[in-house]
Formats: sequence, structure tokens, C-alpha cells
Amino acid sequence: MKEALSFEEAFERLEAAVTALQDGQMPLERALQLYEEGMKLAQHCNELLQKAELRVQQLSVNDMGVPIVQPLELS
Amino acid sequence: MLPTGYASFPRVLSVSQVARYLKEMLEIDDILQDIWVQGEVSDCKTYPSGHCYFTLKDGSSQLLCVFFKYARMRSSALELHNGMELAVNGRVSFYERDGKLQLYVDSVQPIGEGAFFLRFEQLKARLATEGLFDEERKRPLPRQPSVIGIVTSLQAAALRDMLRVLGTRYPLARVILSPAPVQGAEAPAAIAAALDLLNEHGEAEVIIVGRGGGSIEELWAFNDEIVARAIARSRIPVISGVGHEVDFTIADFVADYRASTPTAAATAAVPDIADWQADLLVKQQTLVGLIQELLEDLGSSLKHVQRDLQRASPRYQLESRHQQLDDLTALLQTHVQYILSLQGERLRGAALRLHSLSPLLTIARGYAVVRLEADHTLVTSVQQVKPGDELTIQVTDGNIHADVRP
Repeated sequence: MKEALSFEEAFERLEAAVTALQDGQMPLERALQLYEEGMKLAQHCNELLQKAELRVQQLSVNDMGVPIVQPLELS
Repeated sequence: MLPTGYASFPRVLSVSQVARYLKEMLEIDDILQDIWVQGEVSDCKTYPSGHCYFTLKDGSSQLLCVFFKYARMRSSALELHNGMELAVNGRVSFYERDGKLQLYVDSVQPIGEGAFFLRFEQLKARLATEGLFDEERKRPLPRQPSVIGIVTSLQAAALRDMLRVLGTRYPLARVILSPAPVQGAEAPAAIAAALDLLNEHGEAEVIIVGRGGGSIEELWAFNDEIVARAIARSRIPVISGVGHEVDFTIADFVADYRASTPTAAATAAVPDIADWQADLLVKQQTLVGLIQELLEDLGSSLKHVQRDLQRASPRYQLESRHQQLDDLTALLQTHVQYILSLQGERLRGAALRLHSLSPLLTIARGYAVVRLEADHTLVTSVQQVKPGDELTIQVTDGNIHADVRP
């Protein structure tokens, strides 16, 4: 479900979940929902960090004089 | 055509004619029209007009030089003063009015060890005056840049170092390399263009410009005004990372953040996901702690409610009555026992007192109790008996039966 979330989005929502839980005053069902969601978000963040790989591109100018990026392969 | 009377003389020319001829001769010579001359500056004078006049000399010769204001501005040249060793570029011509052969200077390059330092100091002072190094100009670096621009040479070892650091610390990022040679004559313009291109492309949120360590000549591009200006006009914050810790370049002063090396620049550009991983762990623990706390709170509330409910139930009431009854019974028993024991005490006291009054004690001393056998009446007077009555005489160890004699 959260596959589409970027790290920043997931992290932000995780923080929001923790804050909401900290504030308390909510039905148990909602709290459990927040907890479960928070744990999933943390897991998602961890996975993103673990499988993240730096992308490297090279900037150049095309025939029209417009800057374009292409994947960079370093020999 | 010569005037009459001069015929016997060799051909005579006017000064102006000679001067013009000399000028023309010099100006058709390709070598003299674009020449580099090295020498020491002396008799240097700069006039309010902005023109500068000096003599370039070596051990045995000297050459007059003119450095006009427009040429000085165009070449953004350093200030000249006596004793400087210079390579001067320009053209040689003849100044007819004063009859001087002069070098008209286009640009100058200091020579030798002190030259680089001098140019560095002069450019630094000039850009500082312009306010290019002011703290207020420095922009904060983005905390989590998703796109990082790098300006360096494709061949640079520094590029690999930077990519390694970025890949380890912050693999979530994307790097856009805007390649440029980082040394050589074409380097300054190329570096400036690479910076401009990143700005035009517009995706990078921070730019690292740099190269690894090298000689002062190899690092020189980063002391070029063109590079300094390109950094200054970049809309994207720029981190400089040039050479080693000890190297300071003009680029460092203009940059929004000066890192001591390319590796340090990459480190400064991004956060470290190791910190985030630790943070994530803390957040997970916080979540677990919070939910546990919540569940415990709810559990304890539930217990309270259950107890209240139990108390309210008829069964509990009944049990409670039973309890009360038991309590009362016990209380009653205690009281009864107390009363009984109290009565016992009193009884014992009474018995003792009774005992002390008992006639048996008197009897023991030799007295006897005499009763009528018939009704056990105590006989205390002779008037009570008549002959033939049967008497019981009680002594300490028993009774004696006797008859009253006539």
C-alpha cells in the first residue's frame, strides 16, 4: 500500500502518527490503527534506505541548446 | 620631391616622415604586433586618467611601456608597481610626438613564485570590496537535497570520492554531474559555464564545485574571477571543495559553504541515513511504548470498571451481607465471651469471700453445727429441742447423729 510513498512522505507521516499517539485522547481502535500504520511506515522507510542506490546523471546541452540529463557511466 | 639646392645632398627626410616611416615599419611586423616580453617593472606611474606608464627592463636593456585604462579594465589586471617581474603582452609601435618606441600593453601576467599570491590577494581584495564574500550573501544549504549538482572533471579521482560518500551517506539522492576540466587555460570558463548550466537546468538543490589536491597552478582555476562570479550569481547554493585542508581559493570565499576537500564537501551536502536509521528505531520504540502504555491504561481502567460492576451486583451484595453477618456474629461472640469471663471473675471473687465466711472454718477450730434432723434447722438455743429429738452434729470430718435425752 505504501510502496508509492517516498522516504520523506513516509517519514513525515510516521512523525505525525507518533505525535498523534503521544497526544493520546482517541478511541482505542484509532490508536491501534495509528500504531499499525506507524510501524508499517517505519518498516517502509527502513526498506527504502536499505535498497536506495545513488543515481548519477550527466548534464549536457542538446542540439537545440537545451540542458538535458543522461545516465552517467563511469569507466 | 626635394626642393632645389638640396640636390647635392643625400636624400633628406623630415622628422615626421622618419617617425611615420618607423611607425609603419614596426606596425607591419607580425612578431612585434603580438609579442610577449618579460622584464622587471620600473618608473611605474599611474595617472588620474587611469593610464599607466612604466619601463620594462632586464640587466642590459629597457623598453618603454604604456598600459591604457581600457586595456587595464578589460584584462582586469593587477596593480603594477616597481620591482614586479612581469610578462607583458602587446604591440610595439613608435610614438611620433615624443619620438619614443613603446610597447602598448594589452595584458600582463606576473611571473614567478610571488605572482600567484599577488594576483590572489588583489582579486580577493577587490571581490571583498564588492561584497561578494559577505556573510549575508551566504545561503543556507538544503537539509535533504534530493538532487545534487557536481561541477568537476569526469576524470577526477575527487568525483569518485564524492560519489562514494554521497552513495554511503545519502543514497536517496540523485547526482547531476556538469563536467568541466578543472585545470588548464580553458578551465575557468568551462567551470563557470558548467555552473551556469546547472542553474539553467534548475533541478539541483545544491551544487558542489571542486577538485582534488594539486599544485597551486593546478588549483588556479578556482582563483579565477570568472569562476568566482559564476559562483556568486548561482541561484543554487554552492559548496566549494578544492584541494586539501590548507588550500584556500577565491572560490572558497565566494561559495555559500567552504569545505576543506571534495570529500568534506560531499559530507556537508547531505545528511547521513545512519542517523535516520537510528531515528527510525527510536520512533518504532516510541510507538511500541505508546501503544503498550495505552493498552495498560485501558486494562487498568477495565479492571476498575469490572470491580465497580462486581460491587453493584446482587451476588456481591449478598456476599457482603454474609460477610457483615459473619462480622457481627464474631463481634457478638467476643462480647459474650468477655461478659462471661467478667462474670467468672466476679463469681470467683464472691466464692473467695464466701469461703472466708464459711462456718466450716469455725468448726475446724472445734465448734460444731447442730441441726434438727427433721428439718435441718440450726439449733442455737435449748428452747428449740425437746427430749427425743434427733440431732445432727456437724464437725469438720463428718456428721454425728445424736438423741436429745430427757
